[in-house]
Amino acid sequence: MSDRPTATAAFGRPEAAPGPTDATAPATPATPAAPLVRAVDLARTFDVSAPWLNRVIERKPRLLLHAVDGVSFEIARGQTLALVGESGCGKSTVARLLVGLYQPSRGRFEFAGLDAHAAYRSRSGRAIRRHIQMIFQDPYASLNPRWRVADIVAEPLREHGLISERAALEARVGELLQSVGLSPLDRVKFPHQFSGGQRQRISIARALATQPEFLVCDEPTSALDVSVQAQVLNIMKDLQRQQGLTYLFISHNLAVVRHVSDHVGVMYLGRLVELAPKALLFAQPRHPYTRMLLEAIPKLHHTGHARTPVQGEVPNPLNPPTGCAFHPRCPAANRRCSSERPVLQSLDGVRVACHAVEEGRL
Amino acid sequence: MSLLQVQNLVVEFPSRHGTLRALDQLSFEIAPGEILGVVGESGAGKSLTGAAIIGLLEPPGRIASGQIWLEGERIDNLPPAQMRRVRGRRIGAIFQDPLTSLNPLYSIGRQLIETITTHLPLTHAQARQRAIELLQETGIPAAQERIDHYPHQFSGGMRQRVVIALALAAEPKLIVADEPTTALDVSIQAQIINLLKSVCKKHGAAVMLITHDMGVIAETCDRVAVMYAGRIAEIGPVRDVIHAAAHPYTQGLMSCIPDIEVERQHLHQIDGAMPRLNAIPSGCAFNPRCPQVLARCHHERPELMPAVTTEAACWLTANAGATPSFEAQP
Repeated sequence: MSDRPTATAAFGRPEAAPGPTDATAPATPATPAAPLVRAVDLARTFDVSAPWLNRVIERKPRLLLHAVDGVSFEIARGQTLALVGESGCGKSTVARLLVGLYQPSRGRFEFAGLDAHAAYRSRSGRAIRRHIQMIFQDPYASLNPRWRVADIVAEPLREHGLISERAALEARVGELLQSVGLSPLDRVKFPHQFSGGQRQRISIARALATQPEFLVCDEPTSALDVSVQAQVLNIMKDLQRQQGLTYLFISHNLAVVRHVSDHVGVMYLGRLVELAPKALLFAQPRHPYTRMLLEAIPKLHHTGHARTPVQGEVPNPLNPPTGCAFHPRCPAANRRCSSERPVLQSLDGVRVACHAVEEGRL
Repeated sequence: MSLLQVQNLVVEFPSRHGTLRALDQLSFEIAPGEILGVVGESGAGKSLTGAAIIGLLEPPGRIASGQIWLEGERIDNLPPAQMRRVRGRRIGAIFQDPLTSLNPLYSIGRQLIETITTHLPLTHAQARQRAIELLQETGIPAAQERIDHYPHQFSGGMRQRVVIALALAAEPKLIVADEPTTALDVSIQAQIINLLKSVCKKHGAAVMLITHDMGVIAETCDRVAVMYAGRIAEIGPVRDVIHAAAHPYTQGLMSCIPDIEVERQHLHQIDGAMPRLNAIPSGCAFNPRCPQVLARCHHERPELMPAVTTEAACWLTANAGATPSFEAQP
């Protein structure tokens, strides 16, 4: 076959660079209570400076964009953590950090007790990649239009050398397609023969191929229509129940988040401002930004109800406000908010980074 | 008298595999000052409807039959030069992406002044004054200075405000807004929707608001038309369409939207997907996905008929009309 795909590594080839080689395949966690996924002070800075010559001639300083600035969270096995926030708040960067598409500038990500980034760098790092897979936002861009569905779904299996026998591969692909509600006969088709929702199911089947434990889903339904979105969300929930999957679910749609998550983290300009169990977050949002987000959603059952929209816009992340990044838009901001940056603090079962909440002003 | 009347509009795309009918016998009206929402999934023909009204159908798409009347004047068959005078002057347009609807090479002031002087008998100085007023009205701070800035110097939300100012520049009676908030973040979305609503009310402009977001429709519109496969499935007052829909598609659409206030274990889903234009089922286009499909749905196409409080293109509605006891349900 001439159109047979070559095995291109979805996560890049393991480098020969000497790294810690103590990383073995992630086993079950040491203690059942330990979280499967743990991010500790994760940060990623992008250098967006002008080219060297311009900096020299025009005396421009170096410009650093703190896309993610010290994010910590934990996800227990079989649970879903949703990260929400507006565009540019760093949600997708967190997703890419976790799957190893970016190296963190600071902090670490532990998967089943192992330092995942050290493992990603090592020769045996493939083993851990098998357990962490990603679903991307755009099902039109994340599937190779020249490959048949069978090749797309089988690629991770081939890449990790899990199944090499042709018949077994075919059977497994059929099984995977069936698990996401497609027909095994669809494997000879090309992506353009499917609708957006069906394509996203193919992405899910591909992500599930290596039997991962942890799926990073970056806005998996935001490119889909509502009726199709419901289908995909239901499939994701069913699969989680059947296979005990752990999800990091990234979305800007709080209504979707309410349906899929167990815990919700709200991000603003690269930092977590609130991290709470779902029920608590929706019943009693603490951070003013969370309140604002909840208030801003158009509600189906409030016909003709006029809302009071929050003023202002997300500030430029290259030049974030001092102190609390939200203070220019915050109705409860005072002098302390503009000078001192609040840290996440535990408070009645939720973690919130806000001076006003901490002082009881809100 | 209604401001805009669309009668039996048919839009076709000739293609190698035969003519594709993207809009099929579409009829609706917009009253002066009314906000009509048009919802539907992608491919339903919402944007095409808007494009046909403002005379911006992309060739080879064309109006095959039907009529569009604006204030008692037929506008679907106007020559391009005359249509250009209608567009902007009597129908304003707001598109999804504010960056592509502004020219990056001209300052926003120049674009506003050009629009104003094209349509209104004002001098350059008067037009500039009016442009500043419009910018102030749409909530651009320091409009005096900002008027000479270029589109890239504005944020997404601010750009959409400029686009709204541009649409209102010649005091049109109708504004066609095609997904005006889809490219914006939720917190900005609310600001823009509120703005659109208030300025249109102030200027007495009717709005045709095309969106896929039912939440936006619910909070903004007076009436709503639900489109499916190039036809209107249901049309009626927004409250009734949301809470007491007669068409099974509308009912399904409403219940599969995740609700921020009600939590469900399993979302309702409509199986299948919208048919492609070259494979629209005979009879009612929704029949393969419909949970309450009848025998006649497969071969007879329903037209819009009065349901309880809305109008729905569904044979169930016709049956319900025959048995009044069915209608008595609240």
